[in-house]
Amino acid sequence: MKNMKNKNLLVKNLFLILFTVLLMIIPLLTLKNADFEGADAMVGKVITQVNADFKPWFSPLWEPPSGEIETLIFALQAAVGAGFIGYYFGLLKGRKNAHR
Amino acid sequence: MKPLKIFFIIFTIMVLVPRVAFAMHIMEGFLPIKWCITWDLIAFPFVVMGILSIKKLVNTNPKIKMLLGLTGAFAFVLSALKLPSVTGSCSHPTGVGLGAVLFGPWVMSVLGMIVLIFQALLLAHGGITTLGANTFSMAVVGPLVSYLVYKGIKKAGGPLWLSVFLAAALGDLLTYVTTSLQLALAFPSNPGGFMTSFVKFMGIFAVTQVPLAIGEGLLTVVVINLLSAYNEEALVALSVVSKEVCCEEYEE
Repeated sequence: MKNMKNKNLLVKNLFLILFTVLLMIIPLLTLKNADFEGADAMVGKVITQVNADFKPWFSPLWEPPSGEIETLIFALQAAVGAGFIGYYFGLLKGRKNAHR
Repeated sequence: MKPLKIFFIIFTIMVLVPRVAFAMHIMEGFLPIKWCITWDLIAFPFVVMGILSIKKLVNTNPKIKMLLGLTGAFAFVLSALKLPSVTGSCSHPTGVGLGAVLFGPWVMSVLGMIVLIFQALLLAHGGITTLGANTFSMAVVGPLVSYLVYKGIKKAGGPLWLSVFLAAALGDLLTYVTTSLQLALAFPSNPGGFMTSFVKFMGIFAVTQVPLAIGEGLLTVVVINLLSAYNEEALVALSVVSKEVCCEEYEE
């Protein structure tokens, strides 16, 4: 009975994840001409449109020297987070199985 | 006929909405100094409340540390994922709804700020001068909305998955509504003033963030599902699920 419950949970979760992935893929497939820019670069344009005199008064202390390095840091960020999540649930599952 | 019509309307909106989206956090130096200070001052007491709230949680239940780590890690992963959206630009979810559901509204102010500092210093994403404003939108308003939505639906007797889904999705969405508000306050349109700017920022924002907010809601439900399967004691201790519910499920 317990096994059935876990199986149902797996199916439910996989379905939820699949739906999330679909949500992200659909714009990629349907909007062929979009450039999917990182949108924060556009803020400046919108702001100068509203207030032409505004100049950013401070710039980042350090910037990733290239797109590759930026990707590297973003990937590390995601990997560290995902690693911890995996560790956490692995630990819980192991504990639960050991108790049985 | 009807679903087709709805699809057509949505499609038209998608095509007509300008392909600019300013998204995510307010960039370094892009907020006038007086607004930077204002938002720093407004965000500060919430961060203090967050620190006190974490201290209290850990003191009453030392085992909770790992779960705190999990919610931090969840926000860390989701903030790193810049996802494509229907407006043809990218934005990222915030991942703060989970912590708000588990620990109440204040804990994420600290964890969210840590994520923002990391991204400001190492990724030039967001900024130190705009940290107060970004902390307020992502780490104060987002979790607070999530918490209220979660509590409201729970009180009305809605199912756990629905309360968690809507809490996370609306917290995500309202974070970006707050960012639009902050930008509109700092940059009122010359003819039209605050409201014109707000509508302009919002029109772009709401549409970009909607699918991401739905995605965040779904993923938060996945985590809560896993927690209720493997760490029910913690959820009971945090009164996310009540004892009766968990025991009923066991007997199924």
